[in-house]
Order: sequence, then C-alpha cells, then structure tokens
Amino acid sequence: MPTLVDRDGVRALLEREGQLVEVLGASAYEKEHIPGAINIPLRDLPKKADTLRRDHPVIVYCADSL
Amino acid sequence: MSPRAACRLETLGFHQVYDYVAGKMDWFAAGLPREGTKASTDRVGDHARSDVPTAAPDDDSGGLEARLGDWDVCVVVTDDRVVLGIVTAEVLAAADGGAVAALMWEAPTTYRPHTATEKVVAWMRERDKTHVLVTDPGGHLLGVATRSELESATASSPSGSG
Repeated sequence: MPTLVDRDGVRALLEREGQLVEVLGASAYEKEHIPGAINIPLRDLPKKADTLRRDHPVIVYCADSL
Repeated sequence: MSPRAACRLETLGFHQVYDYVAGKMDWFAAGLPREGTKASTDRVGDHARSDVPTAAPDDDSGGLEARLGDWDVCVVVTDDRVVLGIVTAEVLAAADGGAVAALMWEAPTTYRPHTATEKVVAWMRERDKTHVLVTDPGGHLLGVATRSELESATASSPSGSG
C-alpha cells in the first residue's frame, strides 16, 4: 500500500532524494508545478516508470484530493 | 488520480511509493514556491503583511485600539495563529472594554496565498472591503493584504486591469 504523506512529509522526503512526480497532463504541469517535480502523466507511467530510480522514494501528486 | 498512480507504481515494482494526496493546490496554498509558465502571476500572498495586529480571544479589548496604528483591523487568533475572527477599529472605538471575543466578528473571508491578486481585488471592490485575510490550508494567519496595495500591484502588473 502506498504511504500517504502530507506537505511536511514531502519536504522531508525531498531532502532524502525523493523523486517528485506530477501525474497530471503536460499542460497542467507546464502552467504550474512544484519545483523539482518531473511530469509523468498517469497514462504514461508504465512506459516511463523506468526513468525513476527504484532505490529512492517516489512521491506522486496531482492537483488536490478531489 | 494520485492514488491510482501510486498503486500503479507499486504494481510496477516500486517499493518506496508515497502519495501526496492534498496535491499541488495544498503546496501553493501554503505559500511555497512554484514553477511554470503561470508561476509569475501576481498572488495575494505576495502582498500579505504579517505585521497586522493580533489578539487572543480572552484579551482585554481595552488597550487594543492603541495597538492598531495604521490598521483598521485586529485579527483574533489562537496561540498557534489559527484565525478565529476579526475586530475592526470601528467596533473597538464604540466598545467599552471587555474581552476581545465579545467584540469579534467570527466569519471573515479568508483567501489562500496562491489566489490571483486580480481575483481578490475584484472581490474586494464588489463588497467594498479594505483588507483581506490570507491563511494557509490549516487556517493559520499568514498576513493581511490591503486593498490599496493589491490595487497598486494589479495596476503595475503587465496583465493588470488597472
């Protein structure tokens, strides 16, 4: 089960070389994203997941919880 | 969407997967940095002044008016700065002492710092407001932005409506 994390948790993970991934589409990402995040839209995850390091935390996010 | 993405990553063999469910809106609402083509949009949080006078609900309102200085409002907050309400200078001037809580208006509108300044100015003009409270998603006071400062900002912004 993925671990839920809040804002402070994200910041702590980033200090541990966490990889931040915005899973929204490219347009939303280009307009505004969290600094340091890369963009892998949900539908592209299977083919682009190998660009992520498996030995480091991966934090995914979208717009909000709605 | 992020829960699906997190689960999908686990099915792909990732074992350190975290889901930031509150997402980038939560991040921006806390006034944290942002990147992107719209990142330079003028935001109300850029103009929120944290030097606004504050008081606790059980403070005596007696000496409060003298602490307002140029402000026309005092924000009533908890010990950890969660906004409970406001007391205006007008109310303080007419009051005869007593606890701040008894004079407090409990339903001031608050905005998150990432809200576009132009949107906030339009709202203030429509309702003839002189200031607006800026809080983080937890309701903690970040500051108060005055209409005059926000109008100046939109007037000088390339996309400002003047």
